[in-house]
Amino acid sequence: MSLDLVGAFAAAIVGGALRVGVPFLFVSLGECLTEKSGRINLGLEGVLVLSAMSAFGGSYLTGSPWAGVACAAFAGAALALLHGLLCSLPRVSDVATGIALMLFGTGLAFYLGKPLIQPQAAQLPPLALGGFSSSPVVQAALQVNPLLPAGIVLALLMRWGFARTRWGLLVRLAGDSASAARALGYSVNGIRVAATVAGGAIAGLGGASLTLFYPGSWNEGISSGQGLIAVALVIFARWSPLRCVGAALLFGGAGAIGPALQSVGVSAFYYLFSAVPYVLTLVILVISCRPGSVARGSPGELSSVK
Amino acid sequence: MRDAIAEAALPVGALVAALALFGVFVWVGGASPVEAWTILFKGAFGDWFSWQNTLQRAAPLMLTALCVALPARAGLIVIGGEGAVVLGGLAAAAVPYALALPENAWGSAVVCLAGAAVGAGWIAIAGALRQYRGVNETISSLLLAYTAIALFKQLVEGPLRDPTTLNKPSTRALAEGLRIGGIAGSDVHWGLALGVAACAIAGLWLARTPSGFAVRVVGGNPRTAQLVGLPASRLIVAACALGGACAGLAGAVEVAAVHTNANASLIAGYGYAGILVAFIARQSPFAIVPVAILFGGFGAAGSLLQRRLGLPDASVLVLQGIAFVLILASEALRGRRWFGARFAMKSLPLARRRVA
Repeated sequence: MSLDLVGAFAAAIVGGALRVGVPFLFVSLGECLTEKSGRINLGLEGVLVLSAMSAFGGSYLTGSPWAGVACAAFAGAALALLHGLLCSLPRVSDVATGIALMLFGTGLAFYLGKPLIQPQAAQLPPLALGGFSSSPVVQAALQVNPLLPAGIVLALLMRWGFARTRWGLLVRLAGDSASAARALGYSVNGIRVAATVAGGAIAGLGGASLTLFYPGSWNEGISSGQGLIAVALVIFARWSPLRCVGAALLFGGAGAIGPALQSVGVSAFYYLFSAVPYVLTLVILVISCRPGSVARGSPGELSSVK
Repeated sequence: MRDAIAEAALPVGALVAALALFGVFVWVGGASPVEAWTILFKGAFGDWFSWQNTLQRAAPLMLTALCVALPARAGLIVIGGEGAVVLGGLAAAAVPYALALPENAWGSAVVCLAGAAVGAGWIAIAGALRQYRGVNETISSLLLAYTAIALFKQLVEGPLRDPTTLNKPSTRALAEGLRIGGIAGSDVHWGLALGVAACAIAGLWLARTPSGFAVRVVGGNPRTAQLVGLPASRLIVAACALGGACAGLAGAVEVAAVHTNANASLIAGYGYAGILVAFIARQSPFAIVPVAILFGGFGAAGSLLQRRLGLPDASVLVLQGIAFVLILASEALRGRRWFGARFAMKSLPLARRRVA
């Protein structure tokens, strides 16, 4: 490979990481918030697909991509509310409910999104961060999703919120010791439902990134497991919002390998390279989990890591 | 007997409620709910033609539901059956590349066994990762399923591709003699018999054999299993492997009886629908048979809904989603009187399981 090709490949990976990583970032932040309150929401895969469809539909009908983003957050919150309420019933498992919502959310999105497969919707305007360079390759790679800075600010806010605010402490209290929260007179279910809904709204922004920025169209294969990978990322990020940012960009880079190779003319093993994020997630889970002990930094009430 | 009726009352009630809600959904979409219900049942069970279609879809559903139910009885929630289906189907199609098989029932058996073996290995990975590395099996099995689909596409479009398939990459077709035919000349293939037999054997194994009992102990109360010295890890991995073998067999049967070669039509979501079937059957292998026929029927009626009422083909997915949500919600209504340890929902994670 010549130097030019290496440069183009590197630019494609970095640019791809910034584009592909954004949905991972929002879903993992949403899941981080939900899990901090002591519940796991596997349904975020369904939230991601439903909100991706809603974002596209909102943008298509109103002509404003930002209205689409609002629709996505709303749809995500609504589906997550269903998860939160169902899990508040006695004897209802959060893992099983998550699986149900994964199927329900994708089914609903395919049903409602049928007329949206052909048309074009107004896209989010990219932020050009590549102005410092004269290379068109670098400039193209650094056309960044405007939601990315918002996600990074959100991660900082969440970190500050969990450490310093009353709300953040309450969420962590419900997640680490439900009985302590109850003893202090708080409704554990209420806190968890609120955290799940907020998490769903945040994950919805990830869906908006899919249909309104990259890849920028709605179809039934828009997400194949990104939502689920993001759930696993939270374990890797040890429930820290800031580490979620790094993990999401790392996985965005992994997801960009296949398209990046294709962009420099290597198209053999395209499907195998598309599986890299899944395999990487598995490897990371194997490394970061220990049999018989709880993962470091995990909320004490969480059933998934036991 | 009364126990059995009480046991069935909640799932049946939840299904009826799901159909009612689906009617509301259809009505909001501008179609007549009564018509939708009629088409749903006529398309599924109206005449011999629709029955054949229904039973053809029920066969793989039974096998993929076992891929959820068997690990669930051992305490694991495995949802990656789709991966075992596609790799099992691929293995079945790939055997003749490597071996010259006799073109008779023995050859078909080898094809099916290859699918089952690959499926067993694939799902056993999720069980082993859980037992020996502490990796959540729900997440890992689904990641494995996505990996399997990528692997499938790579192989079908690469080394295993039949160069004569131009617009739809496929493997070479199975020889006529290796295919699985219809029962008594109908469109219903012998895979249905395999599915029913697998459910019956799995049910009897769990209910009547020492190793099946041991699996239920491990799933019901791991602490007890540890105290009485059961080899929990081996039992759990074995339950996963058996479930995976069923799903792999489903893929092999789909290839040998329906598609005749492995191509992208194999990725039809049977693995995911099987999750729903297993949960509605409350992880009981015997109950899987009627539930799989019911949902096979809804699947068969899907295209009729699309043609007659202009509803998107995903409307069956919506019905499945509603049914899944309601079946879980119905657990909350379960009275203590019905909540015997034996019938406790085996799928609940340990921390939340309350045995009366």
